Amino acid sequence: MARYLTSVGMEVHAELLTRSKMFCRCEVGFGGEPNTRVCPVCLGLPGALPVPNRVAIEMVLRTALALNCQIAYDSVFHRKNYFYPDLPKGFQVSQYGETNPLGYYGTLDIPAADGGTKTVRIRRVHLEEDTGKLMHLPGGGSGVDYNRAGVPLMEIVTDFPPDITTPDEARDYLQQLRLVLLYLGVCDGKMEQGSMRCEPNISIRPEGSETYGTKTELKNLNSFRSVQMGVEYETERQSQVIESGGRVVQETRGWNESTQSSFAMRTKESEQDYRYFPCPDLVPMHFEEASIERLRATIPELPLAKQRRYQGEFGLSEYDAGVLVGDQSWAGFFEEAVGQGGDPKAVCNWMNGDLLRLLNETGQVALAGGQAVAHGHGTPATVSKVTPAHIVDLVRLVGSGQINSKTAKTLLDDAFSSGDMPSRLVEAKGLTQISDDGFIKETVAQVIAENPGPVEQYKSGKQGVIGFLVGQVMKSSQGRANPTMVQDEMRRQLGE
Amino acid sequence: MSISLDEVRHVARLARLDLDESELMAFQGELNQLLGHFGDIQGVDVSGVAPKPHAVALQNVWAEDEPRFGLTREQALRNAANSRAGLFIVPTIIEE
Repeated sequence: MARYLTSVGMEVHAELLTRSKMFCRCEVGFGGEPNTRVCPVCLGLPGALPVPNRVAIEMVLRTALALNCQIAYDSVFHRKNYFYPDLPKGFQVSQYGETNPLGYYGTLDIPAADGGTKTVRIRRVHLEEDTGKLMHLPGGGSGVDYNRAGVPLMEIVTDFPPDITTPDEARDYLQQLRLVLLYLGVCDGKMEQGSMRCEPNISIRPEGSETYGTKTELKNLNSFRSVQMGVEYETERQSQVIESGGRVVQETRGWNESTQSSFAMRTKESEQDYRYFPCPDLVPMHFEEASIERLRATIPELPLAKQRRYQGEFGLSEYDAGVLVGDQSWAGFFEEAVGQGGDPKAVCNWMNGDLLRLLNETGQVALAGGQAVAHGHGTPATVSKVTPAHIVDLVRLVGSGQINSKTAKTLLDDAFSSGDMPSRLVEAKGLTQISDDGFIKETVAQVIAENPGPVEQYKSGKQGVIGFLVGQVMKSSQGRANPTMVQDEMRRQLGE
Repeated sequence: MSISLDEVRHVARLARLDLDESELMAFQGELNQLLGHFGDIQGVDVSGVAPKPHAVALQNVWAEDEPRFGLTREQALRNAANSRAGLFIVPTIIEE
């Protein structure tokens, strides 16, 4: 069988986090009773006139800037005409053209297998509106809910020829893009709820060939995993079609999560059939360079850049840095702790280890100062009492040898439930690490005297028993003895 | 500039209109008349006139992102040919 190269173009739709819809002021929300967030504009009633949402336009411009796009200083909306019951007007307002989309010719960096980065070129970032939702009713007929109709929708499309060549890269691209949108605060990225949707188009060609094969588009992918699986499956399916002497048909295929396979859906109308033309109900947009620059100044450090900086500046592993930047508030927590003088590696270890475990167990979120209010994160009950200051305090206590790491774990548990500072808990409970030479000598001697069996085993060559003996010393000191000193003293006394 | 019967059939299909032969021919005539008007417009000398994206000399008309209540569900569904359980009901859609 010939070897085939895969090419993947990615089309991502992201619902924008505005409060009202794109061309009317109906509220945006998820779920709720059907057809309760509708008006003459989003229902397409005759005579209703659309007015664009300024915030949605800014969100798309900010995304375009974050993706290094050129900005269309002059831009218009078009009508994309097709008939489908989820589209009440008979057209979708969208943006057509080479350089008319608010952003075009950009890039997104994704992590590369060698630890570096790979650049994926972006073709366009444009603004359109979402459709309603269709549901099939038992006993015939389909029901339509227009609550989602007219919700601002941003479309981000990669460039051709495609830079993405493996299922893993398709998944990585989507993960990075989602993080960027979350960092920008323009989309909640909930793939399972459909607020971020991905439609990869996949083609294969024999190795050495310059001509790209016929592509198929995949729909219904609602997780990173399904995107990766879907691209894998299509690659395999297409190569089987070709190997058996067939021809790949250009079509839209649906992904069936339960059977892990794709099935043919409608054959799409050709672009010409959409009869795009400028929407006469909407006037052109024009942006001054100064206002674009004001928006550019609001772009935060992007997740991959942040991850690479943590690796370089603090010597964190790619994995650890990735966990930190995987959530903007988690990265913010880390930076605040480091800003307060906490050792970056130690702070990271406590955060990604015990603190993360405690948060997962209790369903709480940890936030740096003021973030709870600023980002509307959680309710007071779901916000952890542990702040960056607690972690810095804990790291200092361990670093200066006042407590050992076993005590520190217990302290973090305590601080997590009480909100008390670890150093206060140390004072209150008398938990300071004991590095007193005399005490350690005495306790070690006592443990040796009480455990003749293990001592015999050690002396006959079973070195591992020392762990048990040291453990006994730690136990009788309630975990407060300096473990390194205990270890050294134990070896010394046993060696005599 | 004229439109063929097949093109009329195609456009009718895109509009989900089920037209018989005599209707198709009637529309072909009307559409050709329309296209004739466009032909007249295309004859106008526009050299030296910059293209405009819109006939109205306005730009950047937009609204602040403040939700306002639109229609009640009863109002929204009042003109629906068929509705049930708060939904607009349409003939069964097989695809998707």
